[in-house]
Amino acid sequence: MDWHFVFSQALTQAIGPTMLVYALAAIGLNLQFGYTGLLNFGQAAFAAMGAYGLAIGVVVLDLPFWWGIGLGLASAVVLALLLGIPTLRLRADYLAIVTIAAAEIVRRTARATGLSEYTGGSDGMRGFSEPFFAMNPYPSEATWTFLFASMDGGRLKLDFLLFDLQYSNRDLWVMTVGWVLVAFFLVLLGLLVRSPWGRVLKGIREDEEAVRSLGKNVFAYKMQALVIGGLIGAVAGFLFALSRANVQPDTFITDFTFYLYVIIILGGAARLFGPVLGAALFWFLYSFLSQGLNQGIRSGAIPEDWLSATQVGPLVFFLVGLSMVLLLIYRPQGILGDRRELTLDVR
Amino acid sequence: MSAAFAGLLLGLGVNSSAGAQEALGVHGTLEDQQDQPVAGVTITVADASGTEIAAVESGADGAWAVELDAEGTYVVTLDESTLPDGLLVRNGRPQLEVEVSSNRAVLFPLDTQLAEGVEPQQPGDDATDAGGESDSPEEETSDADTEDGEQLGAIEDEGGSTRAISLLVSGLHFGLMIALAAVGLSMVFGTTGLTNFAHGDLITFGGVMALMFNVAFGLPVWVAAILAVALGGAFGWAQDFGLWAPLRRKGIGLISMMIISIGLALLIRFATLFFFGGQRERYNEYVGQKPWDLGWLVIAPKEVVTGIIALVVCVAVALALLFTRLGKATRAVADNPALAESTGIDVNQVIRLVWTIGGALAAMSGVFLSISDGVKFDMGQHLLLLVFAAVVLGGLGTAFGAFIGSMLIGVFVQMSTLVIAPELKYVGALAVLIIIMLTRPQGILGRRERIG
Repeated sequence: MDWHFVFSQALTQAIGPTMLVYALAAIGLNLQFGYTGLLNFGQAAFAAMGAYGLAIGVVVLDLPFWWGIGLGLASAVVLALLLGIPTLRLRADYLAIVTIAAAEIVRRTARATGLSEYTGGSDGMRGFSEPFFAMNPYPSEATWTFLFASMDGGRLKLDFLLFDLQYSNRDLWVMTVGWVLVAFFLVLLGLLVRSPWGRVLKGIREDEEAVRSLGKNVFAYKMQALVIGGLIGAVAGFLFALSRANVQPDTFITDFTFYLYVIIILGGAARLFGPVLGAALFWFLYSFLSQGLNQGIRSGAIPEDWLSATQVGPLVFFLVGLSMVLLLIYRPQGILGDRRELTLDVR
Repeated sequence: MSAAFAGLLLGLGVNSSAGAQEALGVHGTLEDQQDQPVAGVTITVADASGTEIAAVESGADGAWAVELDAEGTYVVTLDESTLPDGLLVRNGRPQLEVEVSSNRAVLFPLDTQLAEGVEPQQPGDDATDAGGESDSPEEETSDADTEDGEQLGAIEDEGGSTRAISLLVSGLHFGLMIALAAVGLSMVFGTTGLTNFAHGDLITFGGVMALMFNVAFGLPVWVAAILAVALGGAFGWAQDFGLWAPLRRKGIGLISMMIISIGLALLIRFATLFFFGGQRERYNEYVGQKPWDLGWLVIAPKEVVTGIIALVVCVAVALALLFTRLGKATRAVADNPALAESTGIDVNQVIRLVWTIGGALAAMSGVFLSISDGVKFDMGQHLLLLVFAAVVLGGLGTAFGAFIGSMLIGVFVQMSTLVIAPELKYVGALAVLIIIMLTRPQGILGRRERIG
């Protein structure tokens, strides 16, 4: 069994482009769920707004790249307002049902055949990422070696003996942008939640009535949190679309949002670095388990009649579900969290 | 996640839809129910006047394509005699009329049987089609099979009122199926305050258990159904006994419980996928049942039977809630748990009972849906949002509201295909959910109170 390969894959994923998408989306959701106590189960819809806003803007409307980004952000704001106005005055679980329904509406509309002229239907869209990769500062032809790092035809390889990390120059560009965005939003959120504004949000999470009785407009604060979190979700959508150079309706299934909740709770809700740590750990464990089990089956260490290769995926996601249940029962504060911060209740 | 990877592969490979100017023509891929390509099937394309333009055979990958010179209406015919033994075109339409203005996909859904209510159609008589609904009520519940292709059958014009009646009836049937699940969901919410995202997987559980008894143990479907409903009740009981009751004792917040239920939903769904695989399976009875043709309505006997049983069960639950001691206790707990407890009602016993009945009813809904459309591991997940919509429409926490809401949602979902594309019918129902939230958040039967 090739442990070197398994570790390399797992660690490559743990800081790679996909993890960054989840980390960003989870940072947005953390503001809504962790700090404000809003149960947004439709973060997938906000990511879809970003991804499809960019794709439709560039491909269908023939707008410049940055206008496409603007369109994605604008549609995320519109979605947040549409969802927030009817539900933010209601009990927390109403928002949950409405957002999950909205996410399905967005996904099913995006894959509808009748609209495939604009959305590409179930095939999705491509052809909007060239301007982004044209900005790529990493040359695709560079070849050099420096200590443990080597570059071979644009492919960076960091060799740490026990494992190595490999990224193409496109991955490197996506990761650079992704990590810069993560850092930016962490700083921004860090400032926000420590401001008086952020204290009001936490107050709403703890006791909405108390905050209202202090004369604060609870609805407006909730809406602001929903919009900002949704915008960060849309940015995650941009990164998702660009890292794959396409958009696909079925990447924005409700399970996407559910995994974000696993990530937040794993890392620690209402903790600044919780989502990033959670995303890294989630993707490390996910890749480690699936690659490890696959390798085990291939090398014969796991007999075929115990576990077949097609069962690896379901098994890993079964474990995701199980760990979600166990985490919430036994360690709802996650790794970084403070138990007192997660005593949410709706009644 | 698999979808994400599929997306990645698509991105790497050749993708046609968003490409620049495409060639004019029709194309498609023939696949059977297990997504295996079907090769060697003859497909002919003729123009509107009936002149044959081309005849092609599907290749080893099931794909076929015909290039055309001009836009217009073409008739695409699949020669059913060249299909492998046992396979049929599911909607009974081997011949389709298509408007071609680009490179258009034409879908022939292949199956080992016809969809219910569909008579095999003779090539040539395309004016009268009795069972016009190419997508039977729950056909789209689990989309993967049908969503991928274009539902040509439904895009064509159907025979007005006949179609409306058949949609109304299938909507009522669908509504009853939703109601079975919704009553349990709503009562659990009413008594414990828990929004249970794992309720959809109780539906799947019923379907899968019946499949196990029916196919693996060889029992008749009706025995398997009874056993599955009993097991569904036991599963509901066990869930409350093993998980929810201890959590309530531990004083875990409702939002935490809601997220736990999401974890549980993932857990059950992927455990099902693990043991059972991702394919759609059918029971070994009542498939391809010959429908009754009443002239104004074509309906399969199994739909009538399952519909009547569901209705009787719903009425029985309603009567029990109204007139039995335990039923009254249940409504009292839903109304105000603390007050109910102080009058001597054993709240935990009532909740346990609600979970048991809710589990059994959801399992029954799963079995009935599976009799119509087969079992798939994610069938419940797709239904769950409609169940939520029904429950919210009727008023969260009220059993009677859940029933009314379900019927409305069922009929709405089916009837909306008169005006919108069938693949968007769930979108319509979910949009209704959001509109209700906006205008009457307490639902039809909910009490008008502050819920903010």
